[in-house]
Amino acid sequence: MKNNQDYKNIPGWGMDADPENEPTYPIKNWTGDDHNRTNYERSEQQQDTVEILISNERPAITRVYGNTAPPSGLSGMIRRYAFKNSEDRYRHWIPLILADRVNVIEGLVEDALHGHLPNMFKERGWKVEMQHNPKKMIAKLTIGSLLVTAGITWLIRRQK
Amino acid sequence: MLAMNYRGPYRVRTVDKPMPEILHPEDAIVKVTRTCICGSDLHLYHGMVPDTRVGSTFGHEFTGIVEEVGPLVKNLKVGDHVLVPFNIACGKCNFCKQGLYGNCHESNPMATAVGGIFGYSHTAGGFDGGQAEYVRVPYADVGPTVIPPDMDPDDAVLLTDVVPTGYQAAEMGGIKEGDTVVIFGAGPIGIMAARCAWFFGPARVIIIDHIDYRLEFAKNYAKCEAYNFKEMADPVVFLKQTTDWYGADVCIDCVGCEAEGNTLQTFSGRVALMQAGAATAFQWAVNSVKKGGIVSVVGVYGPPFNLAPIGNIVNKGITLRANQASVKRLLPKLIDHVQSGRLNPKGLITHRIPLAEVSDAYRLFSSKLDNVIKTVLVP
Ligand SMILES: [Zn+2]
Ligand SMILES: [Zn+2]
Repeated sequence: MKNNQDYKNIPGWGMDADPENEPTYPIKNWTGDDHNRTNYERSEQQQDTVEILISNERPAITRVYGNTAPPSGLSGMIRRYAFKNSEDRYRHWIPLILADRVNVIEGLVEDALHGHLPNMFKERGWKVEMQHNPKKMIAKLTIGSLLVTAGITWLIRRQK
Repeated sequence: MLAMNYRGPYRVRTVDKPMPEILHPEDAIVKVTRTCICGSDLHLYHGMVPDTRVGSTFGHEFTGIVEEVGPLVKNLKVGDHVLVPFNIACGKCNFCKQGLYGNCHESNPMATAVGGIFGYSHTAGGFDGGQAEYVRVPYADVGPTVIPPDMDPDDAVLLTDVVPTGYQAAEMGGIKEGDTVVIFGAGPIGIMAARCAWFFGPARVIIIDHIDYRLEFAKNYAKCEAYNFKEMADPVVFLKQTTDWYGADVCIDCVGCEAEGNTLQTFSGRVALMQAGAATAFQWAVNSVKKGGIVSVVGVYGPPFNLAPIGNIVNKGITLRANQASVKRLLPKLIDHVQSGRLNPKGLITHRIPLAEVSDAYRLFSSKLDNVIKTVLVP
C-alpha cells in the first residue's frame, strides 16, 4: 500500500492544516505575561499534613501537591539526600533509583510485619502469562529453578 | 475503597485504601467510572521512573462522577460525569495562561521539569491516580470537563490522554500537505498519532513497530502503511530508500524509553540503567528525517540522562518539538472530531478488565499478550 492514492478520502484529511503555524505549532498562546515570570495570582496554599520533599530549583512548595507515600525509613533518608541536589545532577537521580529498590524491600518487611505474605504469583500476573504465553512462562520458570538449584548446590559444596 | 497498589517492579495488587479527602478548597473527589492502563504506566511498572514509591496508586487516564467538591469549586457540581485530563494544572500560572497546561508551575513541588500528573510517581507530584474507586482531583475547575451527553464514556476516557497526546504529536510535527510522516511505535499513542496525522494533510503516513498484530491493527485503524523493523536490515536505510533517499519530512517518536532494536541502547539504558532507558526510537527519528525536517517526541523518557544524537540534530538543522500534551487546550477541537465521527477513540479498546484483577491486566499489557492494544479497568 505504498502511496495511499485514496488518502484524500480519509475522514478529516487536511482539515486542521494551518500553514501559518508552520513549523512550530502548537504556537503557545502569547499573553504578553512572559516577563512577569512567577508573579501571578495564586490559588490558596494546601496545608501540610506530611513531609514533602521539594526540588531545590524552586524556592517554595507549589500550591497543591500529592501527600501520598511520604518518605520513610532508609529509602526516605536516601530520598532526602537526593533532594538536596538539583534535577541536573546524577546525585539527585541515582539515589532516587536506589531508594526505590530499598523501598521495595521495605514494602516486603512492612507486609511481613502486618502478617501478610505477598502472593508473588498473583502480583506478577503470572496467571495471564501462563494462559497466553505458556512456552515463555515455562522457560522462565525452568531457568529460574535451574539457577536456584545451581545456587543452592554451589552453597552446599562451599560449606563442605 | 479498592485501589491499585505498586509493590515493586512487575508487582502490583489491589488493596483497601482509605477514601481520598479534600485537601485544598479547589479539590474535588471523583468516583471513577472508567480508567485505563497507559503505555507510560509500564515505565512505572517496570521500575524505570525514579521516585516511584511503594504504596502508590497509578492511573492518569480516568473518567468519573463528581462525589464531593471543595468550597472554591465553581464549575463542577456533585453528580457531573467528567473526563479528567492527565495533567494537573492550576489555570493561573504563566504557563497555564499560555495554554501550556502540561507545564503548569503550581502542581508539582518535587520537580520543575514536569508538571503534576495523576498517579505518575513523586517525580510528577506524588498524586494518587485513578486506578481506584475514588480519586482526589486538584484544581477541579481547570482540568475536569463534563462529558457531553451524547458521548460514549469509552470515547471520553481516551480523551484524557491517548487522543490529545496522539494529536499533539502530529500537530508538533508541523505536517504540511503532501508530507511523508513516519511514526515510531504502534502502541495506542502511535496509532492515534498516525490517525490524527491525516488531519494535517500528508500524502503518506508510515508506522514502524516490531509486533505484527499491532502493525496490522494500526494499518486498519489509522489507514497508514505499517512495517516491522525486525524484518529490515536497517530501519533508517529502509526509510531513506522509501522516501527517494531523501528522508521523511516529519518523524514522530511515540515509543520513549523502553525501545527495542538497538543492543547498545538496550544494554546501557534498560539493563545497566546508565541512561534513562533506550533512546533507540529517538535516534532513528533523528536519523530518518530529512535535513531541515521536524522531529516530534511524545514518548516518555525518564528524567536522568540520554545518549541523544545531538550532533546530528545540529548538523541536520532539525527542529525538535516535544512536550506532554496540553490536554485542556486540545479538548474542544478533539471533542468535535469525536462527535462528528472523524475520530473513533474507543476503537482502540481491546480489553475490559475489573480493577480487582489489576495484576493480570498489567502483565497482559506489559507482555503484549492476547493481541492487546488498549485496556480499560472498570472499578
Ligand atoms: Zn497515558
Ligand atoms: Zn499552572
